[in-house]
Amino acid sequence: MSTNRLVNGVQVASHFKDEKHQYSSNKEGIWLFMATEILMFGGLFVGYTIYHTMYPEMFAEGAKYLDWKLGFINTLVLILSSFTMALGIYFNQINQSKKATMALAATILCGAIFMCIKYFEYTHKFHLGIYPGKMLDIAKVHPEHANLGLYFGFYYCMSGLHGIHVLIGMGLITWCLIRNIKGEFNSKYYTPVEGVGIFWHIIDLIWIFLFPLLYLVG
Amino acid sequence: MTLWMLMNQAMAGTSFMPEQGTDIAKQVDNLYGFLLVVSFISCAILIGGMIYFAVKYKRKSQNDKTAYITHDTRLEILWSVIPLVIFLFVFAWGWIIYHDMRTMPKDALEIHVTGKQWAWAAEYKNGVRSVDVVVPVNKDVKIILTSEDVIHSFFVPSFRIKQDAVPGRYTALWFRAEKLGEFHVFCAEFCGTSHSAMMTRLRVVSQEDFDKWLTEESEVGSLPLAQRGAKIFQTRACASCHNVDNPAVKIGPSLYQKWGHEEEMDDGKKVNVDENYVRESILEPQAKIVKGYPRPSPMPAFQGQLSESELTALIEYIKGLK
Amino acid sequence: MGHASSGKNYLNEHSGLWSWLTTLDHKRIGIMYFVTVMFFFLVGGIMALLLRAELFAVNTTANVGQVLANGDVYNQVLTYHGAIMVFMVIVPGIPAILGNFFLPLQIGAKDVAFPRLNLASWYCLMAGAILAFATFFTSKIDTGWTFYTPYSIRTGSSVVMMVVAVFIMGMSSILTGLNFIVTVHKLRCPGMSMYRIPLFVWALYSTAIIQVLATPILAITLLLLAMERVFGIGIFDPKLGGDPVLFQHFFWFYSHPAVYIMILPAMGVISELLTTYSKKTIFGYTAIAYSSLGIAAVSFFVWGHHMFVSGQSEVAGILFSFITMLVGVPTAIKMFNWLATLYKGSIEFTAPMLYALGFLFLFAIGGVTGIMLAVVPVDVHFHDTYFVVAHFHYVMVGGTLMAIMGGFYHWFPKMFGKMYNQTSAIWSWVFIFIGFNVTFFPQFILGAKGMPRRYFNYVVEFEQLNRISTVGSWLIAIGFIIALITMVRGVLSGAQAPMNPWGSKTLEWTTSSPPPHDNFIHEPVVTAGPYEYK
Repeated sequence: MSTNRLVNGVQVASHFKDEKHQYSSNKEGIWLFMATEILMFGGLFVGYTIYHTMYPEMFAEGAKYLDWKLGFINTLVLILSSFTMALGIYFNQINQSKKATMALAATILCGAIFMCIKYFEYTHKFHLGIYPGKMLDIAKVHPEHANLGLYFGFYYCMSGLHGIHVLIGMGLITWCLIRNIKGEFNSKYYTPVEGVGIFWHIIDLIWIFLFPLLYLVG
Repeated sequence: MTLWMLMNQAMAGTSFMPEQGTDIAKQVDNLYGFLLVVSFISCAILIGGMIYFAVKYKRKSQNDKTAYITHDTRLEILWSVIPLVIFLFVFAWGWIIYHDMRTMPKDALEIHVTGKQWAWAAEYKNGVRSVDVVVPVNKDVKIILTSEDVIHSFFVPSFRIKQDAVPGRYTALWFRAEKLGEFHVFCAEFCGTSHSAMMTRLRVVSQEDFDKWLTEESEVGSLPLAQRGAKIFQTRACASCHNVDNPAVKIGPSLYQKWGHEEEMDDGKKVNVDENYVRESILEPQAKIVKGYPRPSPMPAFQGQLSESELTALIEYIKGLK
Repeated sequence: MGHASSGKNYLNEHSGLWSWLTTLDHKRIGIMYFVTVMFFFLVGGIMALLLRAELFAVNTTANVGQVLANGDVYNQVLTYHGAIMVFMVIVPGIPAILGNFFLPLQIGAKDVAFPRLNLASWYCLMAGAILAFATFFTSKIDTGWTFYTPYSIRTGSSVVMMVVAVFIMGMSSILTGLNFIVTVHKLRCPGMSMYRIPLFVWALYSTAIIQVLATPILAITLLLLAMERVFGIGIFDPKLGGDPVLFQHFFWFYSHPAVYIMILPAMGVISELLTTYSKKTIFGYTAIAYSSLGIAAVSFFVWGHHMFVSGQSEVAGILFSFITMLVGVPTAIKMFNWLATLYKGSIEFTAPMLYALGFLFLFAIGGVTGIMLAVVPVDVHFHDTYFVVAHFHYVMVGGTLMAIMGGFYHWFPKMFGKMYNQTSAIWSWVFIFIGFNVTFFPQFILGAKGMPRRYFNYVVEFEQLNRISTVGSWLIAIGFIIALITMVRGVLSGAQAPMNPWGSKTLEWTTSSPPPHDNFIHEPVVTAGPYEYK
């Protein structure tokens, strides 16, 4: 119902002065939302730090069950996807819509590879009886520390919440991709791509912290 | 003058606080009394000032001229700094008392108290377990707390002390009771259905009585079953509702000569008074109610509050009421 | 002059329920919040009356003195009372109703920065509320609104559902806060510098910062609690090596700042009311504005004062006590500034002004008892007793609710374009104000005597004070019924409201009552501060 009008070739909502005003407001909103995301993961990191200080050996044992090579590949995949995402924004900024589409598609592909590897990691652990907390199959795993489940509580919560964000990110990029194919973005208007891009970079950043904390603490 | 009297009264600690059972309680009350007086004065300034201005500057006409005062730096500094000084003063005072509260005395009598839904259990060094917490007067006592299930909080209002009992770890508090008598112990941390019934007594007795009590209690284990039952019957205050030496009804049915006889329930069924019936009636009083008595029964449920051996002792005692 | 007679305003430009449910107009969204939050308040209020009725007498035996069936039912009612009042009434109360409606108007904007997010935040609150109420029909929750572990892990009630509900309502709060921050930064009209925005906007701005920074921590805490219950991950469960007290740290890291989410907007409302009805500029604009920010900043470092007896170290206790003392200073500054605003004013005793004066009265008491609770050894005695219950009701109800009511009466003509009956509004104040004191003052004494909170039953020496308290709760109920009647009658058959019935100086009074869709016919240009009563 808020009436839009065309300013410099961009749809601008009536409560903004012009397209620049709208752009800077939107961007501030996105950054504020990112702050809430970081703080939410921050809570997990604080919890992790506390228990890691309490039970360092148990955490080291837990990390042994993870395959750091898979984690490392995933890290590379996400870094690559951040790069292609940045390209997606860049190509929109210089009006090369086709290339932008390719870049966005590549980003989605990277996300999918990441999730596939995650899927194999998870199923492999389920197979071994490695579940979080009290569901950890002691008889199958024979842990050295009785409360090993706590580590996997953190593992599943942190990587799971991150995984959900990757899925959401992939959905959002797909949405951008479709709009991009329809030709809705150009050098004057690419706010959604940039917003989703910021979201995607933050998710990558969180993974870059998660990888050493979960895989390399041993 | 009135203010001075109020101040004295507050300082004396009679301002709604419960009886002072320890020296810490007196110290806390002094600080509290000071806070009360300061609070009273600040409220008098704020509320009194508000009422005074509201009356004095009541609108007289629509065209009233008002003063245009945007700020006054001196005043503003004044009313920032004065509260700050007061706050820092009470903070420091509070720190001193809190330090005393948290510094555990050496050579104190240690009692382990465990909370569980919904009762406290005290354990003494010589193995005595008790529902009441019994302590000697004028002696440092350290209570070591933990919980079997959820968080509880051990609260003795008269001693001004409180400490959470957290499952999976120990916490502690100490006191030195100065007055003989019985004091309430409440559970102050919400713990479910019978949170409000999770109270016990803290009995302060003389050193002699304490030693005597401790020896007597430790011998309970070696008494014959029925005598042990009689003791439990007494400490659990069963006798306040059930007669044992005559058939007259108190609040609940008399237990005199009931064993082995049939009783009619309020639903018309007949039940034989045997071990299992008595056991059920103690643990879940609402399960069966004798004809003529109110439903629900006012008797508290002892489910989870009596050990198996205590139950056996009680039943053995009731069996012998002939 | 410019009032609604000329034609369209935001209320009549579209009609039908659908036009409301899909509206992007911040004013309509404000009204939708108004209706729904008032409904939640009614439910929470009925719960409160039930609690007080139960506590009217000691339950000597099972049948005597009992209103609710048993302790479990009591615990459920108290949980719903707390959860509804905190998450569904007081947190969204002022920002989402009055803030939504008046923040853009007061800074001369046409809308908030993100109208769609604004509507989404209302739907989030609704979704959360529906889920929360749905727990009525599963196994009701009985954890208290604080969800303390390990009780919340062990109890057999639908904690997960409730926790998810609160999570969703938290999203609503975050979206509102985010929206307000950007709106204040970006959408101020020409001439409206940060030092010319009304103090209500300053208060909302500080609140929004807390909403955005603190709520995510609540979100992750609740998620972890849900995971704990579903999968037993062990983070808060002592049986699996976790620490139940960590939950308290996490929870209060949000919930203490949340206390300021509840009170800061109220302080903003009070600044508006006091200036308008004493026809005088605010005393110490900068001091009040910065003290809001100061309170917001310090509020993140005082959570430990909820945990003085939880077993945290002595050093932690001392530190948190010290920082808590510091919150007292900006609060005192505000109180004295408001008092000074009355000095040499021209005070009109309208209903909103009486609510504002009532706020000062009750908040003074709430404030000084807050200082008492910040002193550790005194708090050791008062912690989890009725003293705390009385204290936070003096702040939350005596403070925030008084401000909400005062704000409603103040802005009612602007919101609905109608006037209400002053006399009956004043009577509502009389009952609420007196009833409030009768209900909650005795609870200070009960707490001092040592009556713990969340008690279904109590020892006999506490009976008399509990009786008085229960009678007070009936007076409050009467007051709110009168208020409801006053407002409904005002909306239905009140006289047409003029543009500026109170002679106020802020921008919302320069447009028609009710305002048009885009708030102002011509974009306002500001040349002076908000309270130029010369």
